[in-house]
Amino acid sequence: MFSHARIEKNSILLTVLTLIVVSIGGLVEIAPLFYLESTIEKVKGMRPYTPLELKGRNIYIREGCYNCHSQMVRSLRDEVERYGHYSLAAESMYDHPFQWGSKRTGPDLARVGGRYSDDWHVAHMNDPRSVVPESIMPGYPFLAETPLRIDQVADHMAANRTVGVPYTDEMIENAQADIKGQLDPFSDEVDGFLERYPNAISRDFDGNPEMVSELDALIAYMQMLGTLVDFDAYKPEENLR
Amino acid sequence: MSVQETAPGNTVISWLMGVLLLAGALIGLMLTAFAADPVMEFHGLLFLLFCVGGVFFLIRYGSAKDDGDPSPYQDSVVRAGVIASMFWGIAGFAAGLMIALQLAFPVLNFDLPWINFGRLRPLHTSAVIFAFGGNVLIATSFHVVQRTCKARLAGGVAPWFVFWGYQLFIVIAATGYLLGVTQSKEYAEPEWYADLWLTLVWVVYLLVFLGTLWKRKEPHIYVANWFYLAFIVTIAMLHIVNNLAVPVSLTGVKSYSLFSGVQDALTQWWYGHNAVGFFLTAGFLGIMYYFVPKRAERPVYSYRLSIVHFWSLIFLYIWAGPHHLHYTALPEWAQTLGMTFSIMLWMPSWGGMINGLMTLSGAWDKLRTDPVIRMLVVSVAFYGMSTFEGPVMSIKAVNSLSHYTDWTVGHVHSGALGWVGFVSFGALYVLTPLLWRRSQLYSLALVSWHFWIASIGIVLYITAMWVSGILQGLMWRAYDSLGFLEYSFVETVEAMHPFYVIRAFGGVLFLAGALIMAYNLWRTVRGDVRVEGVAAARPMAAATAAE
Repeated sequence: MFSHARIEKNSILLTVLTLIVVSIGGLVEIAPLFYLESTIEKVKGMRPYTPLELKGRNIYIREGCYNCHSQMVRSLRDEVERYGHYSLAAESMYDHPFQWGSKRTGPDLARVGGRYSDDWHVAHMNDPRSVVPESIMPGYPFLAETPLRIDQVADHMAANRTVGVPYTDEMIENAQADIKGQLDPFSDEVDGFLERYPNAISRDFDGNPEMVSELDALIAYMQMLGTLVDFDAYKPEENLR
Repeated sequence: MSVQETAPGNTVISWLMGVLLLAGALIGLMLTAFAADPVMEFHGLLFLLFCVGGVFFLIRYGSAKDDGDPSPYQDSVVRAGVIASMFWGIAGFAAGLMIALQLAFPVLNFDLPWINFGRLRPLHTSAVIFAFGGNVLIATSFHVVQRTCKARLAGGVAPWFVFWGYQLFIVIAATGYLLGVTQSKEYAEPEWYADLWLTLVWVVYLLVFLGTLWKRKEPHIYVANWFYLAFIVTIAMLHIVNNLAVPVSLTGVKSYSLFSGVQDALTQWWYGHNAVGFFLTAGFLGIMYYFVPKRAERPVYSYRLSIVHFWSLIFLYIWAGPHHLHYTALPEWAQTLGMTFSIMLWMPSWGGMINGLMTLSGAWDKLRTDPVIRMLVVSVAFYGMSTFEGPVMSIKAVNSLSHYTDWTVGHVHSGALGWVGFVSFGALYVLTPLLWRRSQLYSLALVSWHFWIASIGIVLYITAMWVSGILQGLMWRAYDSLGFLEYSFVETVEAMHPFYVIRAFGGVLFLAGALIMAYNLWRTVRGDVRVEGVAAARPMAAATAAE
């Protein structure tokens, strides 16, 4: 006859049984995500972040933007109409870590790329209420004045490659040149940059060509968000989930 | 069991720890000297200072007696935990008030990097969950495991290592947030090196806890300890898996998480929801199972219910994570599974609530006379309320409205302020006179003031968030007669303002209550007793009898 007293008198048995009981749910729910088609599908257009976008993304993370902005359009009518096509799993496949968020104190940013001009972003980051009077977002005027630190960007890309982002040796070697190429469409570096990152944008983002600022990187990142997949060509029925 | 019985094992532990601290000092020095960024330089220095301080601590306390505490129980580390809990509690509540005010009045971000909302919000959540909650859990678990095992804490100086190591983790995490160091995974924001350090501290914590169980003079392990043990073991598992990452440089702060996209999202919410389930629930249920019966002087209502409660709660909780990802790119079967288990979770949660409340059987009159038991009982009532609200919000149809809104924030705070806060306050009110060998608290009237002020604060908070959350959710999906979305996003932001002001006022009240408590506990530690009227004298007599 089973008696719970046996477990209560044996701390190791109690510990081991607890560990088994708490392991089951996670294993059943998480492990399949590494094998299912809908969660590992490759979608045309997806590419790793350019070095400048990666740096911009790190600033987005550093300032805690995810605390107020989601990057996940749910498959609900009002969201699709407000923000655009619902988000695909593939669209965050190179996001280490993901930035889906959990709260919309501000609007979803999954498809903010191309929605506003660079000038708007510059003004908005400098003083959000200058362009949206009712906004409660903090101002980030210091981003435009802070030079972007790019000396370790190749190491950042190498770390990303270790966790599975397909950066090539060439991409990593040319990391700093590609930042120059992305910020100046008339530079010598731009051709190589566009060859490595075919549908990327090359221009000076913060309106100040004198300095590579953190704002350059952040706007470069925001202007590409959600723009990689061409939804006119995407057929969801091929990727039913 | 007495002081004289200084195990030779404890001396070995002291030496081992000394060697580890010296090695740690060397690592700290290297990190500072070769840091790839200024924050690592600073954190390396902190680590160096910590290790050097630790060596001095060992020289002072690590040799003669096993830890410098002459009492039969190791109470000094629990006393330190009580002080740390109160300190971090006030810091965390104040940070919460600050960010609540920033949402109501954005000018309070001051356009500065270090104190903008995005950096302060993780500071607030970590301060209340890990600094306040974590210290309460460590302190009470060390207290409870000793009393219920009739054994002194195992490991000599190891409990002190757990205490100070945990404080170091808090300081590294908190200063990191202010300086822009974060993994951006909610409630797991500290970077890889802080995570490694916490893992080490946590393993020592587990060993101290288990070691004390092995020394027990009672054949059975008391139910509160099952919950503490499940909390320690499961948090270790969640922490390690969710924080798997590759650092850019071994002397730099930044890392990239091992998983990406949808896999990372579910791993994070498997972690995130069970930080609620095991840190904020299982651990604090351990507090409930010890301190409610203790203060009420009644046995736990049902032994059988305790067993069912324990196993069903820990089994079901782990599955609930996907309800944070409804209608996202997570496969639908996983969402449905998460929802189903979240609804089932209602049952063990209420089983535990009933077990806690019914422990008052035959002692309900104490609710009227003892404000400490009132605090404990109301905490269990809040637990019941938020564990009902949670399953409701996990239903996909409800979640489509509530998700991304303040309703979630309100839900979390009914659990955090009402359940975790009140049960912790109750435990600290019981512990303080006991640990400092005082016959009673300085003032029960002040406990009563704390109770009512904080309760009103909670009610203002959660009702404001219900209204703002549901209002905003409805505005987002509102259509006009022509079939267009009725409101622009920023119109829905504008509508939140009055509720953000009310919420911040609720926060003021909750913080004020905590300050009253800190004053009361400080006077209690000093040994003062406030002369209070006849009405208050009766519970004092009861409280004294409970000692």
